[in-house]
Amino acid sequence: MSKSKDLTRRQFIKTGALLGGGLVVACHLPFGRRNAQAAQQGEFAPNAFLRISQDESITVIVNKSEMGQGIYTSLPMLVAEELCCDWKKVRFLPSPVAPEYNHTQFGPIMVTGGSSSVRSEWSRLSLAGAAAREMLITAAAQTWNIAPASCKAENGFVVSPSGAKLSFGKLADKAAMLPVPKDPQLKAGKKNLLGTPAKRLDSPAKINGTAIFGIDVQEPGMLTAVIARPPVFGGKVVSFNADKAKAIPGVRSVVAIEAGVVVAADDFWQAQKARKLLSITWDEGVWSSLSTPAMHEQYARLAETPGLVARTEGDAAAHLDNNPEKIEAVFEMPYLAHAAMEPLNCFVALKKDSGLIRTGSQFQTVDRAAAARVAGLQPEQIVFETTFLGGGFGRRGNPASDFVIEAVQAAKALGRPVKVVYTREDDMKSGYYRPMWYNRVEAAVDKKGFPLAWRHRVVGQSIIAGTAFEPVLVKNGIDHTSVEGASDTPYSIPNLQVELHSTANGVPVLWWRSVGHSHTAFVMESFMDELAHKAGLDPYRYRCALLAKHPRNLKVLQTAAEKAGWGKPLPKGRARGIAVHECFGSYVAQVAEVSLGKSGTVKVHRVVCAVDCGRTVNPDTIKAQMESGIIFGLSAALYGAITFKIGRVEQGNFDSYPLVRMSAAPRIEVHIIDSNEEPGGVGEPGVPPIAPAVANALFALNGARVRTLPMTPERVRSALKKA
Amino acid sequence: MIELKVNGKRMQTVASVDTPLLWVLRDHLKMTGTKYGCGEGLCGACTVLIDGKPERSCITPVGDVRGKSVTTIEGIPEQHPVKQAWLAQEVSQCGYCQPGQIMSAVALLNTSKKPSDADIDRAMSGNLCRCGTYGRIRTAIHVASGRKTARGGKKP
Repeated sequence: MSKSKDLTRRQFIKTGALLGGGLVVACHLPFGRRNAQAAQQGEFAPNAFLRISQDESITVIVNKSEMGQGIYTSLPMLVAEELCCDWKKVRFLPSPVAPEYNHTQFGPIMVTGGSSSVRSEWSRLSLAGAAAREMLITAAAQTWNIAPASCKAENGFVVSPSGAKLSFGKLADKAAMLPVPKDPQLKAGKKNLLGTPAKRLDSPAKINGTAIFGIDVQEPGMLTAVIARPPVFGGKVVSFNADKAKAIPGVRSVVAIEAGVVVAADDFWQAQKARKLLSITWDEGVWSSLSTPAMHEQYARLAETPGLVARTEGDAAAHLDNNPEKIEAVFEMPYLAHAAMEPLNCFVALKKDSGLIRTGSQFQTVDRAAAARVAGLQPEQIVFETTFLGGGFGRRGNPASDFVIEAVQAAKALGRPVKVVYTREDDMKSGYYRPMWYNRVEAAVDKKGFPLAWRHRVVGQSIIAGTAFEPVLVKNGIDHTSVEGASDTPYSIPNLQVELHSTANGVPVLWWRSVGHSHTAFVMESFMDELAHKAGLDPYRYRCALLAKHPRNLKVLQTAAEKAGWGKPLPKGRARGIAVHECFGSYVAQVAEVSLGKSGTVKVHRVVCAVDCGRTVNPDTIKAQMESGIIFGLSAALYGAITFKIGRVEQGNFDSYPLVRMSAAPRIEVHIIDSNEEPGGVGEPGVPPIAPAVANALFALNGARVRTLPMTPERVRSALKKA
Repeated sequence: MIELKVNGKRMQTVASVDTPLLWVLRDHLKMTGTKYGCGEGLCGACTVLIDGKPERSCITPVGDVRGKSVTTIEGIPEQHPVKQAWLAQEVSQCGYCQPGQIMSAVALLNTSKKPSDADIDRAMSGNLCRCGTYGRIRTAIHVASGRKTARGGKKP
């Protein structure tokens, strides 16, 4: 397990080299050039991440996109802790796209993803705050003509031994003239801000309607466009007639681009009304017969044959082949849409030698480079401004830059600034889904019922194949993100084999909150539960026995079980299920309490969650992310499925792709393990355990084992018949 | 030309009568606090009050709002108990759905002074939140109604 983690780390460093040369390692470039983000006059800008103004305001420049995870607060907290400023004076400012703001571990690109923001910025931003603090202290000491070491900084002031005080704002000018310390020292002792539930800096703008999301961008002279995209992935426009569309008042232009037919108008309503009147002849390409049942058959056949080996320990085949006692199961999970509340959109304005893009992106450097290629500009000629994201979940961090490229194509074809807006149906049908997965698992157990051998065959599309990450993240044909969570399982299994069949069928796929773990945790934790029940053992204790050498996994498992009252009686008709999973450097266990409605509707009443994400920045944000991951995962567990018929996506809006609503939302309790370990991620790790915890609770309730997601009433009723 | 009253101010729009109120607010009056999520009245992101009642502005033709009084998120005072409770509970994550959630909550508290959990389920289940802030929304509504304290505990 540690082996594969080291490998991943090495791969990321190599990725950096691959994507443009030059390693970016936190310690090589601690906090950027001075003034990289041009400071206003009268401001102290000691590095790319911080400005201190004469009016005492502290501006932290944030290089991560705010998509709900609270990063516009967490990263400023890291700076503020070391700066020793007054938290009430701290503001955030989204960073531009510049090398100073590249990810410290993922290579020379600005990116928000992989639950990595706090982990990857902790050191750099702490040093940025510490350096500024030292400069302010030196400036004050020089003013007083005393030794800097005799002074201290607290709450926005430098304080002398005699108790004299100078505010950071008053010191800003003088500090700006000083050299930046090469080796700033971090504070010793107790933290003031880290570990406290500081209020989110972005909350006020989000409750009064002033927060600007990509869809809210308004520019003089701008048109709003919708695009008629091919009904089948890979399709192309052959010809179109726009006579009726152009008759709609306000419609300014209808043009074909590579992505489809653009209808641009003065407002959104006119554009989408006109689009319905287009008559388009499509070349549907090679995927026009795509169907979910056919894919299912193809995947099932593949799962009967050996795949590429992702992990092997001992000799699983020797225990499993021709073993009539072996236990087998198949787990299936559908394609899933990210379905962020804000549909995709992108504003683009192009001039002869410059461009402006405003949108919510998780992948700015990549998007800007793609935009530049399409526009015929250099990336540096494009100003790329990151708005708030009305949800990301991976969809706005696409190596293919789909929604940005087509908006640039549209702006180029129209010769006008344009905001391309997706309708909900466009957003749902335009692809980039969590892949559909088919998993076949076999196990042989020892006399006590613990796994002796385990073979897991994963069948599904590779997310990484065909992207710039392929040469480093796909090794010997194995996309690590297809098998993560299974190939690196912490469970003690002496003979383990994980195999992979990577399929190719034209459906655009992408990372979806928790990536591979979103399917592997369901398989691992459901099947582990089955083995425990087969052995006649308590599924919680069964897991504890297999995780004895993994104290962090064990601790979250024990905490969740204890806080949920594991083993204690419940009202009639209710049962508990448990699951634990490790990903993105964090450990999460969840206990779900469920009941079943007459029609087969699963009702989740309560979820108790324990998380160990190492040292914490903001515990309330961590709680919020666990709550969020649980609801997000529950929507997938109970309702989510994208399916295909004659090449077309069958879902379109929230009636056919339902999400958990208030009435179905369980009560959630989150317990954070007190820890001094390295910080882990929190955006994604809350998602994987919930589906298996619910499925396991359902089994505990009535013996119905649902192995295919989502757990629709039909599937539950059918599992009940087999129980 | 259609005249309507938004947040107490008389406003005019040249939008065609079939244009949903949502797009008049966003694209014509440049009030972008009211959000587009589904266009079919399924998600509640576009919720506004029309003569005090919560309505989905994405499926309300502006022609039907002629002469009526529209309240949007921009028209809710900063000190309104619902907004204050939203801040105290740190409800917002991505924040995109929150203007609609707040408008539904304001409407609920206008008609039900101390809503029960069941009342909240009924009034709020038309508002989707992909970030899953439902638990905090429920607590915030109880706090705004005075049923719970700002720390979430039950009032004595």
